[in-house]
Amino acid sequence: MDRALPVWILSALALVVLMALPLGWLGWLSVSGEHGATLAHYRDVFTDLALRKALWNTIVLAFWVGLVSVALGAPLAWLTARTDVPGRGLIRGLVLASFVTPPFLGAFAWVMLAGPNAGLIFTMPGLIFIVSIYTFPYVYIMVANTLALIASDLEEAAAILGAGRFAVARTVTLPMVLPALASGFILAVLQALALFGSPAILALPAGFHTVTTQIWSLFQFPPKVEQAAAFSIPLLLATALLLQLQKQLLGRRGYAAVGGKGGQRRTIPLGRWRWPALGACLAVMSCAIFMPYGVLAKAAFARAWAQPLTRDNLTLGNFTFTFFEYGATRAAIVNTLELGVMTACIGAAMVAVLSYVTNRKLVAGHQLIAFLALAPVVVPGVVLAVGLFIAYTRPPFVLYGTLWILFLAYLTKEMPVGYAQADATFRAIPADLEDAGRVLGAGRLRILREITAPLAKSGIIAAWCFIFIGVIRELSASILLFTPNTKVMSVVIFDLKEEGQFGAISVLGLVMLALTFATVALVQAVLGRDVLGARR
Amino acid sequence: MRRSISALVAVATLAALVAGLVTAGGAQTPNRHLETARKEGKVVWYTSLVLPSAERVAKLFETAYPDVKVEVHRTGSQRILQRVMQELQANIKNVDVVHTSDAGHYVLLKEKKLLAKYTPAGVDAFPAGFKDKDGYYYGLRATVNAITYNTKTVSAAEAPKTWKDLLDPKWKGKMVTAHPGYSGVIATHVLALVHLHGWDYFKQLAQNQLMLVQSANDPSTVVSSGERVVAVNGGEYSAYQLKKKGNPLEIVYPKEGVPLVVSPTAITSFAPHPSAARLFTDFTFTREVQQVMADSEGLYTGHPDVTYPADKPKLKDLKLLTVTPEELEKRNEELKKRFVEFFGA
Repeated sequence: MDRALPVWILSALALVVLMALPLGWLGWLSVSGEHGATLAHYRDVFTDLALRKALWNTIVLAFWVGLVSVALGAPLAWLTARTDVPGRGLIRGLVLASFVTPPFLGAFAWVMLAGPNAGLIFTMPGLIFIVSIYTFPYVYIMVANTLALIASDLEEAAAILGAGRFAVARTVTLPMVLPALASGFILAVLQALALFGSPAILALPAGFHTVTTQIWSLFQFPPKVEQAAAFSIPLLLATALLLQLQKQLLGRRGYAAVGGKGGQRRTIPLGRWRWPALGACLAVMSCAIFMPYGVLAKAAFARAWAQPLTRDNLTLGNFTFTFFEYGATRAAIVNTLELGVMTACIGAAMVAVLSYVTNRKLVAGHQLIAFLALAPVVVPGVVLAVGLFIAYTRPPFVLYGTLWILFLAYLTKEMPVGYAQADATFRAIPADLEDAGRVLGAGRLRILREITAPLAKSGIIAAWCFIFIGVIRELSASILLFTPNTKVMSVVIFDLKEEGQFGAISVLGLVMLALTFATVALVQAVLGRDVLGARR
Repeated sequence: MRRSISALVAVATLAALVAGLVTAGGAQTPNRHLETARKEGKVVWYTSLVLPSAERVAKLFETAYPDVKVEVHRTGSQRILQRVMQELQANIKNVDVVHTSDAGHYVLLKEKKLLAKYTPAGVDAFPAGFKDKDGYYYGLRATVNAITYNTKTVSAAEAPKTWKDLLDPKWKGKMVTAHPGYSGVIATHVLALVHLHGWDYFKQLAQNQLMLVQSANDPSTVVSSGERVVAVNGGEYSAYQLKKKGNPLEIVYPKEGVPLVVSPTAITSFAPHPSAARLFTDFTFTREVQQVMADSEGLYTGHPDVTYPADKPKLKDLKLLTVTPEELEKRNEELKKRFVEFFGA
C-alpha cells in the first residue's frame, strides 16, 4: 500500500513527537532513581500530607464543579431549547460568551468584583462557584443539543396517556437526556481537574493547593521534577478513566429515541413564569459575563480600580503603560499571535488530512489514526507541559527556550478539538458526490479539488478558529514552558497578577477577549450557525 | 612634543567629560564599556524591582545610552532564581544582570560559579552591608519590612504597633501576607522574625487566617483596596508609594525592629552581553539613579550622597534586623517549607 505510507509516516512521527516522547519521559522520570527504577517518588508524593491535601482538594473541586455546572447548565438548556422564554437567542449568545471566556480572566475579574472583603471568593465554595460559571456551558451544549434532537411526540404520548407535566418530565424527558447530562457532568469535572489559572488565583491566597498548582510549585527552585512527574500520573489516569466512562455512557444508552430532525418539537409555554425565567438566566449570565467584563473595562480605564469611576479617576495611563512602557507586552502579543496562527494553520491542515483519510477509510488501520488524534484529550495541560519540559530540555531535542516547545504543547492540546470539528465536517459530506465525480471520470485529486474541498472549506476554517481560540487563552501548559523571550499573553497576565498590577491585566484581558470574540464572529459567519452546535 | 600631547590628552579628556555630562544630563563620565556595549546592543535584566520602577530605570538608561536597549524581565525573586537555573539546565544563556531581593541567591550562584566578579564604579563608599567581600555582588537598593493598615477602617489607636500585636485574635480574617516562596523581601523578613520571636510566632500568626499573596508589593495594594485591613509584612517602599498616591494607608515601623532587605545585583559569568552588563550596572549605581530610587520609588540605597524624602524615617533612626546572605541561602528550603506548613500554600 504505497499511498498509505506517507500518511502512516506522518501520523507516527506526530505521535512520537507530540505524545510518546513527553509521556514516555514523564512515566520514566516518575520511577527513575539514582540506582535504577524506584517507586520512591510515588511514596514521597503520596505520604506527603500537603500533597495528599492538594489531591483531595482537587477531587472536591472537580466533583462540585460538575454538580453546579449541571444545576446551571441543564435548566438553561431546557429553557432555551424547549420553552418560550423570551430572549432565547440572547441567552445562547451569552452562554457562548461564557464558554469562550478564559476562566483565569473570569477568576481575576471576580477578585476585583468581590473586593473589598473578597473573603467569600477566596474559599473552596467561592472557587467552585467561579469555576462553574465558566464550565456549565459544557453541560449546556450537551443537553441543549440533545433536547433539540428529541421529538416531542413521546412526551405528548405520555401526556395523552394521562401523565402529568411532572411525570412526563421524570419518566420520559429525563431518561432521554440522562446520558447527555451525565456526559456533560463528566466534561465539567474534566475541565475542573485540569484547570490551573483559577485555582492559582483563588486557592493559593486562601492557603490551599490543587493538583495543578501543586505540580507547578514543585518546579520552583530547587525543582522536584521527579515528584512533579509522579504527581502527574494520577491526574492523567483520572482523566483517561472519566473519558472512558463518558464514552460508555453515551455509547450504551445511545440516543435510541433521538430520531434526527424529523419529529416536531413543541415549545412549552411558561405562562407567567416567562419573565422570572428570563431573570434567572440573566442573573447567571451577569455573574459570568456582565459584571466581570464590566469590572475589567472599569479597571482598564481607572487610576484606582477600587474607587468610583469619576472624572479624576479616569485615565488612559494603563493603556500607555501596557503597550508602551512595559516591554514584555508587545513581544507577548506578537508571540501569542504567531503561535496562534502557526498552530491553527498546521493543526487545521493536519486534522483535515487525518479526518479525510479516516472518513474515507483510505488506509488500513484508519481507526487507530482516529483514536490517536483524539487521545491528547486525556492529557491535562499541566501534565503535558511537565512531559514536554522533561523531553525537550535535554539532548537530542533542546526546544525549551524556543517557541517550538509551546507550539508542540498547543498542537497536541488542540488536536482533539480540531479533529472532532474536521471529522464532523467530512462526515456531513456524503461520499455519493465524490462517487458521482468518479463515475464521470475525474481522478481523486480532481474530485478533492472540485468537490470535497469546496464543501469542506467552511468546516476546516471553523477548525482553524477553534484551535486559534484555544491557543490564545492557553495558560496551564504555557506557565511551565515559557522563558522570558517566549512569553505569551496569558503568562504575562499571570505574572502581573502575582505582582498586583490590576490596570495592566485588565487592558491585556480586554485585548484577549477582543481577539477571541473576533474569531468567534468569524466562525459564525463561516458556518452560518453558532459555535455551540445548533443551527440558528 | 610630549607636553603638547599631554595637553591634547587633557583637553580631550575635558571635552569628553563635558560631552558626557551633557549627553547624560550630568549623569555620566564616558564609560569605559560604552564602545563594546554599543556593539552588543542590549542588556538582559532579570529583576525583582517592582515593574513600573524597573521600567523607569530601563528608560533612564536608554535615554543616557540610546544605542543600548534594556530587556526587562520582572518577576519575584524566587521565580528569577528558578528561571536562571532552569535555563542553564537547558543550556540557555540569556541573562546578563540578575537582581533579586534574596541575598541568599548570590551565595548559591557564586558557589556554582555563575557570577562574574565585577565592582561597579563608585561603590567603595557604600556601607559594608551592601558589599560582597569577594566582589561578586553589590546591594543596588534596600527596603525594610513594615506593617501597613487601612486608615478608613482602622484608627491609629487600634492599629498594631508591634509584630506581636498581629497575633491578637481581633485581626482574624482581616490580614494579608506575601509569600517567601515568591519574594526575597519576604524570605528575609521571615528569617529575621524567626530570629526575633521563633517559628512559634508564625505558627500563632497563621491562626489568624491570613490571605496569601505572592509579591511583597501586593500586601499594601490589598490593604489600600480594603480587601484586608492589615498587612503583616511587605516592602515598605511600595507602601510608601501607594500612600503618596493618596491611598488610605499608614505605615507602622514596629519597635522590636524592622527587617532590612538589601537587594543585590550581579553580572552572570555567562553573560551574552558582558560589556553592556557592566555599563548598565555602573549606571544603576550612579548617584542620579540611586537618587531616583529614593525619590520616586521610596527606596533606601547604600549611596552616601543620596538624600531621602522628609516624610520617610532615616535608616539610622530605625532599629534594623539583619540576616546574613549565607544563612538565608542555607535556610531557604526550611523557610519555604515551614511557611507552607503553617499557612497552607
